Amino acid sequence: MQLTLGPLLYYWPRQTVLDFYAEAAGWPVDTVYLGEVVCARRHELKLADWLALAADLSGAGKAVVLSSQALLESSGDLIGLKKLIESGFAIEANDLGAVKLARDAGRPFVAGPHLNIYNGPTLDWFAEAGASRWLPPLEASRDSVAAVLAEKTRPIATEVFAHGRLPLAFSARCFTARHYDLNKDACEFKCIDHPDGLTMATREGQDFLCINGIQTMSAACHALWHDLGDLAGIDALRISPQQHHTGEIVAAYAAKLAGRPATADAACWNPEGWVDGYWRGEAGIHPTQEH
Amino acid sequence: MSAKPQLVCPAGSLPALKAAIDHGADTVYLGFRNATNARNFAGLNFGDAQIRDGVAYAHARGREVLVAINTYAQAGRVADWHRAIDQAADLGVDAVILADLGLLAYAHRTHPQLRLHLSVQGSATNADAINLAHECFGVRRAVLPRVLTLPQVEAVIGKTPVEIEVFGFGSLCVMAEGRCILSSYATGQSPNTHGVCSPAGFVRWEPQGKAMDARLAGILIDRYAEGEPAGYPTLCKGRFDVEGDTYYALEEPTSLNTLAVLPELIRIGVAAIKVEGRQRSPAYVTAVTRTLRAAIDAAGDARYSVRPAWLDTLAPLSEGHQQTLGAYNRPWR
Repeated sequence: MQLTLGPLLYYWPRQTVLDFYAEAAGWPVDTVYLGEVVCARRHELKLADWLALAADLSGAGKAVVLSSQALLESSGDLIGLKKLIESGFAIEANDLGAVKLARDAGRPFVAGPHLNIYNGPTLDWFAEAGASRWLPPLEASRDSVAAVLAEKTRPIATEVFAHGRLPLAFSARCFTARHYDLNKDACEFKCIDHPDGLTMATREGQDFLCINGIQTMSAACHALWHDLGDLAGIDALRISPQQHHTGEIVAAYAAKLAGRPATADAACWNPEGWVDGYWRGEAGIHPTQEH
Repeated sequence: MSAKPQLVCPAGSLPALKAAIDHGADTVYLGFRNATNARNFAGLNFGDAQIRDGVAYAHARGREVLVAINTYAQAGRVADWHRAIDQAADLGVDAVILADLGLLAYAHRTHPQLRLHLSVQGSATNADAINLAHECFGVRRAVLPRVLTLPQVEAVIGKTPVEIEVFGFGSLCVMAEGRCILSSYATGQSPNTHGVCSPAGFVRWEPQGKAMDARLAGILIDRYAEGEPAGYPTLCKGRFDVEGDTYYALEEPTSLNTLAVLPELIRIGVAAIKVEGRQRSPAYVTAVTRTLRAAIDAAGDARYSVRPAWLDTLAPLSEGHQQTLGAYNRPWR
């Protein structure tokens, strides 16, 4: 079983990002996904910075994949996408436009979790288009992933989103800017003040969702920690970066997968709580159960 | 001035289909009575015999019928979706509206004469995405998610041979369609998997003294004070608390209304304007179709302006009696 470090979903200061990946170079992850996937206005790192990080991490022995932005709207977004493809690194396609460019260039790609692959024939289509690896939709259960794998006829590696707040929805509207009564085009880059997003609670105080720019996430952390015993057919698990403790989380998963003694300090890592309902075929918000 | 766009209206039942056609729809779209379509609600939608009657009614009047098979085929049950495509083809419908690339490949291979539209649930927001569907599956029309500004829609139209359909009126999705799983996070059922959003079976209304709580799967979506009109708890349209501020954190209950920008939509060359609402009544379909028909017919005139009577008709039919231009209007973003 491989471990991967998913793309950074938040907007962090430049030095924080550089420090984070300098540390990650020493973590037991096989693959690191890099790049801005949420909002083109986030500019602490430019493409050249991401490419320099990619070179550093390749040098440290990591496979590097550049992730494309999930919601591509403007011509600027598409120019950025073309540059990603031309960079020579592998890419994760999170939009059909990215699939087209990778396919046209004859370049293998990772079919990201927002491409809506729910069945074997569809997975086969993506494999034929050049996907070497895929991520099931975040709402997929263990049983539905197994059913897709039973139907597919082409070889492809399977990676599952295993730990982190779930990116549940994308909008043209920026909810962080809306919170501050700002226009999206003049957002003052408020996301940088919220390195793990902004919690959105119900009127009776239940933490429900998390605002992260144009993305709406789960307030709770999706965690497959208690589900690692039954991962037939899965080749890799993705850990999603968070402000603190990412390295400890990676190390604990690596130890547990290797059969070494491992403990999870869930209360410290994720005080927002753990959920894994999706993986068990239920509502995603249902809490994890030890078993 | 570009050609007049088609008016594409919803039908959740045969009476709604006839109402749409009688009041000026060029095209009606509908779905089978199962999880293959994104309005899979109890008491709604069509069996084979009703589709046959609907197609006969439409074709006798020179109009078209589209069938939405726009959920994602679930592993182990793909044959159900293939059967729906086969049935639609056999029933002589004018096009099927699909989102799942595997289904597009199946339809293109199995029914090469069948006209294919890319559903809004296919989440194609740029010309490259649409052109992929065109090159691989011969898709002839794409329905754009409600996330683009008018200049962005115009840019897409300029870079694709595929006809572009946009939403003109109805309930507003604030999220990119096909890319939102908020509903399954709360309930286990989403548009992509079950063809539903914030499904009615999970809704509970709980009086709290003089207030009313609206819950979805136990989660408090909104709380209405005495005398405040209570809306359906669609989970992106409730009031939530962010840093001590309680407000509509994602979106107000509101409907999309594009009457003000119809001349612009025509000028940039949209091929079709769609009305949302297969879950709505024949009376709703009648009122909205008649209004949009009149507006589209008038919008080619340089002296076009939105008539107060149209707004009077549409306002009470809108969610929360509020309307917006949505993403077409840049400040909304």
